[in-house]
Amino acid sequence: MMEWLNIARRLRRKGVLGINGRNAHYLLPYNRRDRYPLVDDKVLTKQLAEKAGVAVPQLYGVIEIHRQVRRLPRMLSKHWDFVVKPARGSQGDGIVVVTGRSRNLYRTADGNFYDDNELGFHVTNILSGIYSLGGQQDVALIEYRVNFDPIFEAITYRGVPDVRIIVFLGVPVMAMVRLPTRLSGGKANLHQGAIGTGVDMATGRTLTAVSGNSIVAEHPDTGNPVSGVQIPHWDTLLELGARSYELTGLGYQGIDIVLDRDKGPLILELNARPGLAIQIANQAGLRQRLEAVERERAGLLTLADRIAFARERFAHKAR
Amino acid sequence: MKRIHLYVLAGLLAAIGCGFFLYKLFALGFPLKPEERTDVWRVEVQLQFEAQGGPAKASLFVPRRTGGLIVVDQSFVSPGYGVTTELQPGQGVRAVYSISAAQGPQSLYYRAVIQGSRIVDEDSRDAMPELKPPQLEGAQQAAAEAIIGSVKRQSSDAATLASLVVKRLKDARADDEASFLLGPQPTSRRLVKVAVQLIQLAGVPARMVNGIALVPERRDAQFVRWLEFFGGGRWRTLHVTETARETPQQFLAWWRGDEPFIEVAGGKGLRHNISTSRSYELATQVALKRQRVLEKKLIEFSLFGLPLQTQALFRTLLVIPIGILLLVILRNVVGIKTFGTFMPVLIALAFRQTGLLWGVAFFSVIVALGLGVRFYLEHLKLLLVPRLASVVIVVILILAALTVLSYRLGFERGLSVGLFPIVILTMTIERMTIVWEERGAVEALQQAAGSIVVGALCHLVMSQRFVEHLFFVFPELLLLVLTATLLLGRYSGYRLVELRRFRVLAR
Repeated sequence: MMEWLNIARRLRRKGVLGINGRNAHYLLPYNRRDRYPLVDDKVLTKQLAEKAGVAVPQLYGVIEIHRQVRRLPRMLSKHWDFVVKPARGSQGDGIVVVTGRSRNLYRTADGNFYDDNELGFHVTNILSGIYSLGGQQDVALIEYRVNFDPIFEAITYRGVPDVRIIVFLGVPVMAMVRLPTRLSGGKANLHQGAIGTGVDMATGRTLTAVSGNSIVAEHPDTGNPVSGVQIPHWDTLLELGARSYELTGLGYQGIDIVLDRDKGPLILELNARPGLAIQIANQAGLRQRLEAVERERAGLLTLADRIAFARERFAHKAR
Repeated sequence: MKRIHLYVLAGLLAAIGCGFFLYKLFALGFPLKPEERTDVWRVEVQLQFEAQGGPAKASLFVPRRTGGLIVVDQSFVSPGYGVTTELQPGQGVRAVYSISAAQGPQSLYYRAVIQGSRIVDEDSRDAMPELKPPQLEGAQQAAAEAIIGSVKRQSSDAATLASLVVKRLKDARADDEASFLLGPQPTSRRLVKVAVQLIQLAGVPARMVNGIALVPERRDAQFVRWLEFFGGGRWRTLHVTETARETPQQFLAWWRGDEPFIEVAGGKGLRHNISTSRSYELATQVALKRQRVLEKKLIEFSLFGLPLQTQALFRTLLVIPIGILLLVILRNVVGIKTFGTFMPVLIALAFRQTGLLWGVAFFSVIVALGLGVRFYLEHLKLLLVPRLASVVIVVILILAALTVLSYRLGFERGLSVGLFPIVILTMTIERMTIVWEERGAVEALQQAAGSIVVGALCHLVMSQRFVEHLFFVFPELLLLVLTATLLLGRYSGYRLVELRRFRVLAR
């Protein structure tokens, strides 16, 4: 009991944000209810981003009703590789990444093979709303599969690594690189076993990593050190993050960016309820950074101000 | 600003809740603790005879308030018959059913609601009647006087005399005076009759009492006899059987004396049947009937003014908020993961019917089997709604099979499982499959275990009789529960599981 109280006190001193704190202090006051559909529905997010000229993976097609599932093989025939995902999915559920084909089968990122029927059934499930937040009807997106930048090749097991940036009132406050592992089935989701490394906001270099709830130094599958890797295009990433505030109007959000070998940084999705494991990856609490932004928000008007603020104030301090 | 608003609202709600609670507790004297439930008995007499075509009249004795039992309500169901009651001093009340012309089979009913009372009523019985010495013939007179003589020498007062007489008669050996008086193979009715004669002969007023034993769900109740004697200025009861002496409050005196129970004129083929059944009622209910006028108005507009069946529903409904409060604490302060927001509370409600152990066992077995079926259906590639429907049907089949099986094995508990929320179970199975496939078996089992644990904890709190009583008698306490829930809505501290999760950051 005493030990728990001690932990709670030390966590508070370090400014670690809990779920209740995140919801009560940041989500409820800063995220307007009517803005949620913009990020919960990936079709809307994509349209919004395209209108604002922000780079996103190209949309190959949308399947909205069950009848269209029959057209799926024809729709896919033009593309060697692609990603199928639910428009309203949460936490990466229901995403199938097809990396190529073998005879008439689709090969997925986690090493499985689907035939036309099985892929059709998966799309049917998506339409039924299995993966959607409230279980409502959903639509399935088929989009460009990202050829990820080789910079992360040594510390990735299949799948697409991405960069998650927490943006508060247009200021990027914390970031992490999410690296798929064998355990996560090629998905860049910490809940499913991917590892996350902290990022120095000033330079874009990776720090230590978190796997589950503990800190690791190497990628569990490749054995390569995960820290000290320079994320390319870091300036662009910070700018994408800062601009996402104007895009959705959500005060507190998480933005997921992938680095494509040819197309550079692409916004994969936005998240109105970003997770808190990013704090473990960075070994730092969010609270102080968020409070700093809250205090000085009056002086942070332009995009450049906000990015400069982030680089200066949230730089990694070596211990 | 919002905080102050919330605190004012919470304070206001708490004050109103506490105010009502304290007023009802101290000013109106509502009981804080659940009282013993008093037994309420329903007694029904069915009377059948064949009418001869002319006028018909049936008279039967009906019970009155005696000792620890009160006749709360009675009714006479008799199509076309006029009913009158008359008091017959020293015997009881007779109800007379009469009709000017009747033909064919007749059915008359008498129903009474009997309730135990803590105040034993001694005064309402008849005053001491004059002593009528029994008429006995020569040899019997001699035998009776011999017994009385020996008993009188051993007794000091009416009470010891009466019990010695009964003992003497019960211990009768062949060829002694007692067995001569009783005759061959005496019934208990004969024994009581002889005992009354002997006690009367010894100069103590006594009489036979005819009554029934109040036993739950008895179809064909028979009259039993005991005796009363007058001693120390009032009538005293003396049971002749051991079991009756141990539980005298279970016996309802019906009428006194040797008269037949029913007399019919203008009919033949008389048959009667007496059945008894038991129901419970809170003693509060009885207390409520004694309130003053103003307070009566208050009570009429409270839950006590509702019909009994609706009250029973509210007994269950009013404990749900306390379960929900517990759920809020377990989810937002402790951080246990469950399937669905309020599903554990619904599971807890189902446990009310089955009991905790059976509930957990049934829940686990049904979900496990249902999960197996769901994984099999996965191969068939069905659409969502038909697939859910199939799982519902299979769940019902599993439920039926389990119930039959457990009944055959002699577990009565299994029978009450039918009210298990089937649709909730199905949704649980579906959600669990998705979590299983997307996040792995560990996460799925964790959430299932979380749901069961939270459900069981909610059940333990919600099934406390004290809790049930408290919220039913003082529903305003729900305002306090609401206050606590509102305040928890602003709890922004860590969840207990987060302390574990972020442990590495605390170093």
